[in-house]
Amino acid sequence: MDARRESEATPMKNRTIVERKSEREIVVTRTFNGPARIVFEAWTKPELFKQWWTPKSMGMFLRSCEMDVRVGGKYRLVFGHDASKPDEFFGRYIEVTPYSRLVWTNDEGGDGGPVTTVTFEEKGGKTLLVMRELYPSKEALDAAGTGAADAMSETFEQLDELLVALGASVGRS
Amino acid sequence: MLGFPLHPPIRVYILNHMVQYTRIRLDASFAALSDATRRGVLEQLGRSDASITDLAEKFHMTLTGIKKHVGVLEAAGLVTTEKVGRVRTCKLGRRRLEEETAWLERYRQLWESRFDELDKVVEQLKRKEKSDGRKKRE
Repeated sequence: MDARRESEATPMKNRTIVERKSEREIVVTRTFNGPARIVFEAWTKPELFKQWWTPKSMGMFLRSCEMDVRVGGKYRLVFGHDASKPDEFFGRYIEVTPYSRLVWTNDEGGDGGPVTTVTFEEKGGKTLLVMRELYPSKEALDAAGTGAADAMSETFEQLDELLVALGASVGRS
Repeated sequence: MLGFPLHPPIRVYILNHMVQYTRIRLDASFAALSDATRRGVLEQLGRSDASITDLAEKFHMTLTGIKKHVGVLEAAGLVTTEKVGRVRTCKLGRRRLEEETAWLERYRQLWESRFDELDKVVEQLKRKEKSDGRKKRE
C-alpha cells in the first residue's frame, strides 16, 4: 500500500532527451506509460492532439487543427490569439504506418523545411517514442535553431564580415 | 508542423529575447572592437591561442595594460581565458557554441512540457479503454 501511495505521489516521470545527431538532424526521445496504439492515436486525432501540443504552461493558443492522416494527406495548424495575424504550420504526411511510424513534411517555410519522422516502439506496455527532424542542410537547421532567429545568424554574419574587414585593416596598418 | 520547431508565442518570445541579447552583445562587441589593439588581439588569437605575456610582448604593452584589453574582449564574449598554473591562456570565444546549447535546452523544455501533457492524454485513454472493456464484458 505504501508503494502504491508513493507511486501516486510521485508518478514516474520519463525523461525527454534532445540530441543534435548530425549537422542536419535533431532527435527527441521519450518513453510513455501506455501502448503504442494509444500514443499513436494521440498524435493523429485532432481532438486529442490539441490537448497536448500547446501546453498551457507555454501560453500558446491553437486556433484550428486539421489533420488528414494518410499518405499524401495534409495537415494545417493555425496559431495565434489575433485572428488577423494567424501563424500557420502545414505540410503533408508522406508515410503513415498505424501504431508505429509517421513521416511528414513541414512546408510553411518553403523548401528549407525539415522532414519529421516519429516512430512508436512498444515494449512491455510502454512506448518508446523517437522523433527526428531532418533538415535539408546544416544551414537550414542552423537557421531554425542556433539562429533561433534568422535575424540572429544574419547579425553574426555581419559581425563576421566586420571582423574580417577589421582584421584586414589591422593587417594593413 | 514542427517546421520551425517552436510555436509562435515561444518563437516571438525567444526572438525578442535573442534580439535584445544580441543587441547587448553587439554593443559590447562594437565597443570591444573600437580599439585597434583589441582588434589586433582578436586577429592574433584567430591564428593561435596566446598567453597574456605573449600578447603583452607582441603589442609592446604592460601586463596590466593588455589584461585590461583582454578583459573587455572577454566581457563581450569574443575571447575566453583560462589560467593553468601561472599562465593565463587566451583564445577566441565560444559564444556560438553556448548559444546552440541554450537553444537545444529551450527546445527540450518545449517538448518536455508537451510530453507532460501527452502523458495525461495517454492516462485518460487508458482509463477509457479499461472502462469500455468492462462495459463490453458486462
